[in-house]
Amino acid sequence: MTGSTSQAEGKQLDGASQLNDADYLETLRQQMLKFANLQISDTHLAEDAVQEALIGALKKADSFGGRSAFKTWVFAILKNKIADVLRKRQRLAEVSELMGSDEDDEALSSLFDKRGHWNPEDKPNRWGDPEDSFKQQQFWVVFETCLNNLPGNQAKVFMMREYIGLNTDEICKEVDLSVSNLHVMLHRARLKLQKCLEIKWYDGGKHA
Amino acid sequence: MLSCHQATRLASEAQERPLTFKEKVSLKIHTMMCAGCRNFETSMNTLRKAMQGFASGNYDSPDNKDNDQQ
Repeated sequence: MTGSTSQAEGKQLDGASQLNDADYLETLRQQMLKFANLQISDTHLAEDAVQEALIGALKKADSFGGRSAFKTWVFAILKNKIADVLRKRQRLAEVSELMGSDEDDEALSSLFDKRGHWNPEDKPNRWGDPEDSFKQQQFWVVFETCLNNLPGNQAKVFMMREYIGLNTDEICKEVDLSVSNLHVMLHRARLKLQKCLEIKWYDGGKHA
Repeated sequence: MLSCHQATRLASEAQERPLTFKEKVSLKIHTMMCAGCRNFETSMNTLRKAMQGFASGNYDSPDNKDNDQQ
């Protein structure tokens, strides 16, 4: 038991070994591709961005002590690559495609009654100390799950805004949305995230 | 008087642009009386902070745990 553990840890000790662990690299590449595809919606451009980011990061792999540092670094590079692609490209998307489906609207309006007031069971509660949540590893697992649960187009604009850090004008230009449509989508995304975090973390699964 | 749907919309838009004076006052009046929307408004700030933490990878991921054991 001790022997196999130290062997496994040994694999992570130096950054250069990232290059030799094909399984690890492939998993990481898939995660990056998923993220890049969501943002760029062009498989070819997304693959290019991922490849460039991986190459850039692997060149400096030696300077990383462990996988988490490496992963953070490679995603930071990927973020910049994606921002470049998005800023350069003027992609025209159908507004209807981006605005999401009608079912989506129904799911959301179920939070409110006909007069636009909260349904009693959907009324947001006061959250516990947020800074404290951030220190708990399980919070980030829940947070990522909630992000992954957002419908594709909402996830896309929300991540452009909050993760890549583009401003309203840049996003509207990129996805050919009016400012007001973008605000509607971000509002929906935030309502969903708020609800998801409340159910899965602040109300329920906190002590999981 | 704003509905909760409209109030949450303003609370969300406040993350994108400065609200006008009229919007600020309407939202304030609503949240003074509505705990649900007051909580929603607070959670918008938490959400932004969480995204910043998430984006910087500055959290204790399972990978970090592996490293701690080294």
